[in-house]
Amino acid sequence: MPAYRPPSIPAGEITPESIFLNRRHFLAGAAGLLALGVSSRSLARPLQSTESPFSTDEKLTPESDVTAYNNFYEFGLGKGDPKARSGKFKPTPWAVKVDGLVSKPREFGLEELLSFPLEERIYRMRCVEAWSMVIPWTGFPLAALLDTVEPLGSARYVAFETVVRPEEMPGQSGFFQPLDWPYVEGLRLDEARHPLTILALGLYGKTLPNQNGAPVRLVVPWKYGFKGIKSIVRITLTEKQPPATWNITAPNEYGFYANVNPEVDHPRWSQASETRIGEGGFFGANRRPTLPFNGYEQEVSGIYAGMDLKANF
Amino acid sequence: MAQLQAALPQGLRRASVWALYAVGLVPAAWGFWLGATGRLPGNPVKEFEHLLGLWALRFLIATLAVTPLRDLFGINALRYRRALGLLAFWYVLMHFTAYMVLDQYLNFAAIVEDIARRPFITIGMAGFAMLILLALTSNRWSIRKLGRRWGKLHQLVYVIAAAGALHYAMSVKVVGPQQWFYIACIALLLAWRPLRPMFMRRKRAGAAGQHVTPDRF
Repeated sequence: MPAYRPPSIPAGEITPESIFLNRRHFLAGAAGLLALGVSSRSLARPLQSTESPFSTDEKLTPESDVTAYNNFYEFGLGKGDPKARSGKFKPTPWAVKVDGLVSKPREFGLEELLSFPLEERIYRMRCVEAWSMVIPWTGFPLAALLDTVEPLGSARYVAFETVVRPEEMPGQSGFFQPLDWPYVEGLRLDEARHPLTILALGLYGKTLPNQNGAPVRLVVPWKYGFKGIKSIVRITLTEKQPPATWNITAPNEYGFYANVNPEVDHPRWSQASETRIGEGGFFGANRRPTLPFNGYEQEVSGIYAGMDLKANF
Repeated sequence: MAQLQAALPQGLRRASVWALYAVGLVPAAWGFWLGATGRLPGNPVKEFEHLLGLWALRFLIATLAVTPLRDLFGINALRYRRALGLLAFWYVLMHFTAYMVLDQYLNFAAIVEDIARRPFITIGMAGFAMLILLALTSNRWSIRKLGRRWGKLHQLVYVIAAAGALHYAMSVKVVGPQQWFYIACIALLLAWRPLRPMFMRRKRAGAAGQHVTPDRF
């Protein structure tokens, strides 16, 4: 008896997700306009992008985990809080102010950011809490944005700032405030200009969900996840090392550099290994060794030549 | 409540203790089923570990609440105290087992290093070691054998509860409302112990006064 063979569908005949999302977006938008005039703001928008040689070919973490297991204290301390409590957040309209030691300070509207040549970057993401994901981001190198504002010769660092909107971000209101707002982060200028460093506007081919840092966030794949500041409203070039929220909150636990380093433990847990999120229940999850610079050692170790990475953790 | 207790037939009273064990283990069974079948989101091992740890704290709090409930509100749950304490023990044991097996894959080098080098784990382990001692001596035979020393030994539960609260608060990045809630519960229950003798003396004196001059009412 001949074995049943499923019909093979040529790749070209499969509708790309971005196109069918486009249709849905169009239909939903039309229905909204007709019926209630509901804003389509909350709808994910598809993003076109090109592939990147920097992408890993590791198995992607399911979108359902990438968008449901988050640390974003502006929306609460629990991993599920950002998804559950970010419904009121409005990522549009949006503007990012770029100022400080640059010759052309200015604001970038969201549409302008989206008009940079977008690439898909599939990166490993290693959280300082010893778990990791593989995420397909859509974005562009931060260097491209910095080029347009022309940093001055005196600029040595880049400071970033998250939006403060207590009325839309429940973690920023109420009597218990876990951190000082706004959340701030910083990079050395050469780190910021490194080709791996991107501003992400989307993931899984669509605009960022609120819980992942909509509408624009930083992704620095060789550093712990908390360096990837979300919902950015301001980028400032400075001469001195800028403050970074976790670093100033607990300097003995979180360094300014926060490069992924299996040899420097967090005081409360080992950083030698990590759990990949979304690989099934108890028995599918596995612990894998953590790699120096999260596996991006070849690309980035040069910029830290001669530096004591244990002292500057 | 005391009347209610008395109203329950002997057999039912015993059955209610066993029912407490059964119901008390439901959260662990439920969590294990969710995790083993891939229904816990995100990081299922951590979720399960945290669930077990939290329930251990809850049962410790329930155990410590038995005495003040009787002192202050006349609710007598003494019958259930051993079961509550043992449930706390079983949850701590499962919490530690989940960490050892599911989280660390029995990597004993890493486990020993964790216990030795991470203060919150050292404190948690110390609490667990004391709790094992109490669980082993929770039977009637030990109570009879140890006599007065049994009471002294079981006062270790105060140290264990404090260790549990500390372990929880130290394990998180930011001590938030949930941690403060458990710290506050355990602090209040422990604070009751030194206040108790004075309160009981007053209560007894008050009761005696009532007895002598009933016509005052």
